[in-house]
Amino acid sequence: MRKGLLPGIFVLAVVMSFAPSGPLQAAQTIKIGINAPLTGDIPKVGEGTKFAAQMWLEDVKKAGGITVGKRKIPVELVLEDNESKAESAVKVATKMITEDDVLVMIGPQASKQAVPAGGIANNYKTPMISPWSTNPDTTKDRPYVFRACFLDPFQGPVLANFITSEFKFTKAAVLYDVASDYPKGLAEFFKQAWEKLHGKGSVVAYESFTTKDTDFSSQLTKIINSGAQVLFTPQYYNEVALIVQQAHQLGWKKPIVGSDSWGSAELVNLCGKDCYGDFFSTHYAAAGAKGATKAFIDRYKAKYGYVPDDVAALTWDSMNLAQTAIRNTGGLTGDLKKDRENVRNALARIKKFKGITGEMTFSGTGDPSKCAVIVKISDKGEFTFFKSVCP
Amino acid sequence: MVIFLQNLVNALQWGSFYALIALGYSMVYSILMLFNFAHGDIFMVGAYIGFGVSVGLIGLAHSGLLPMPHWLILVLTILVSMFLTSFVGMIVERVGYRPLRNAPRASAAITGLMIGIILETGNLILLGARRVSFPSLIETATYDVGGVILTNKKIMIVGVSLLLSLALHQFVRRTKWGMAMRAMAFDSVVVPLMGVPLNTMAALTFAIGSALAAAAGILFGVAYPVLDPYMGIVFGWKAFVAAILGGRGSILGATLAGFLLGFTEIFVAMVFPSTLRDLIAYSIILLILTFRPHGFFGEPYSARLRL
Repeated sequence: MRKGLLPGIFVLAVVMSFAPSGPLQAAQTIKIGINAPLTGDIPKVGEGTKFAAQMWLEDVKKAGGITVGKRKIPVELVLEDNESKAESAVKVATKMITEDDVLVMIGPQASKQAVPAGGIANNYKTPMISPWSTNPDTTKDRPYVFRACFLDPFQGPVLANFITSEFKFTKAAVLYDVASDYPKGLAEFFKQAWEKLHGKGSVVAYESFTTKDTDFSSQLTKIINSGAQVLFTPQYYNEVALIVQQAHQLGWKKPIVGSDSWGSAELVNLCGKDCYGDFFSTHYAAAGAKGATKAFIDRYKAKYGYVPDDVAALTWDSMNLAQTAIRNTGGLTGDLKKDRENVRNALARIKKFKGITGEMTFSGTGDPSKCAVIVKISDKGEFTFFKSVCP
Repeated sequence: MVIFLQNLVNALQWGSFYALIALGYSMVYSILMLFNFAHGDIFMVGAYIGFGVSVGLIGLAHSGLLPMPHWLILVLTILVSMFLTSFVGMIVERVGYRPLRNAPRASAAITGLMIGIILETGNLILLGARRVSFPSLIETATYDVGGVILTNKKIMIVGVSLLLSLALHQFVRRTKWGMAMRAMAFDSVVVPLMGVPLNTMAALTFAIGSALAAAAGILFGVAYPVLDPYMGIVFGWKAFVAAILGGRGSILGATLAGFLLGFTEIFVAMVFPSTLRDLIAYSIILLILTFRPHGFFGEPYSARLRL
């Protein structure tokens, strides 16, 4: 009893000394949560998240904190590992929001974790920004959840517009896996957008196959003889390699266009020279980047020794989105609940935010209107920036 | 017409794989009265062995130790991989099937499935889930023959598979071992009593079947250079269908049925929406089997003593 008394008094004294600080002085530091997959299936994604966030923190520290109203408020990162699991992401989100009192949560990255964690953030009315999750469900009917990337249904129209304006083609062929959600969805979105531009029947071949198929000669023969001017195939990189090679072996010499599922370093390994000169849409292109994007890439590369992938770039943008929103609130009240609400409202109103992955505009919802990047596979097999296409 | 001829060429290539794999099924079945359900995975192992051998040979050629042209590497890859894979087949027979020689048929079938899973997952552990890119051993040359596009690879694939089928046919018809096999297929109870060693014959059959599967695997790698550990499953099923369709133990039948399967798949996709390809293609096969339950060249089982 006696033993416990002294520390007890001490603790009490410490608590007392902080207690009167009250709401007005509570915003001494801004806490930002990073919910990242540092271990598990996709540790590389977690690493990119962490590095990008730390680089951002460096800048903020150098500037003496985030300027909100007339004050500069220092920032603290709360970095937690969600093990690339949905249930851990939920746990981490709950802990950050209820115990660590974060103002904003960045992450999780993959939709598998971002969809459930978004539910938690929304229930606790805490703004969350997922840099990388493209699944519509992440932000659907959740006013507090945002993202820094485009959505799956967006790429179809983007590519249709790109092909139309770049090549002036009017007849397209589509080859997709009917048994996989992502390609099937994207093929449909593309077809709709293309027919809107060029009228019914302008998709002259709409061919499909099933997952694990390796021979596409029959479908490709149809496509080649359909008079199509371009082939769109929203497949994953391993199938892309087979499709592109077989198309060339059957005499196809026209462009082949894909979606962000092409964007793996493995693509060129598997596909080789056949894929050179083809295009796909994605979030950002490292090779041939200019301006702020190049500055980010160079700095990241110098610091960590490799070219950052789209996750790192999108995380960087998310951090800056959060910073902009906090600044736009005009001042923090110190009442966490109120501040979270204010940050959320500020985020939803961000216009023309200049990110390194493109310009973003939020209009009330969690999904930005932003441009996609069209990447051309160069003659050296690099993914080079070709142009950006806006909705 | 051009489209028809183009698809004919496509079908010949696609059917070549079925034909080569079906031969292995058919031979094992005729000698041992069991279906080696691991055969599709032996095809996969053959492709991976081919990958290893060709990468090794390319390394050897490029290091200057043993300079050789790429076509020679391809020929050597096929031969060496067929040789090595035949041992995989013999090991499978020795470990998986020989102990079950007198066990019920179902046990052997289950063993085959399990060996298949072991081969797949073993490969997964050994090389990881990453797809492997089969090295491009010969430059693709395309020829335009009146609108029909041929490639040197297509010609080679069809040629090699026909050649191997023919060689096997000759082996079974003309040699002493071939005669023993035919005898065994005729009656596997009495023939061993005449001094034909059952175990040697079983091992030989597995070795030949696996070597053919390895050849198919390498040709597959040449045409579709993305390998993954599960690539053999669907091929195994479909080649199994071809083996049944061809008729028990018939080399000619298995080859023919393999090509027929390729034709059906390709031409169904040509006429109907490609989504319905397998549905329609295999409905047709089912229909054929309804009228010819023993396949093209098979004989009714009731003509034999055992079932």
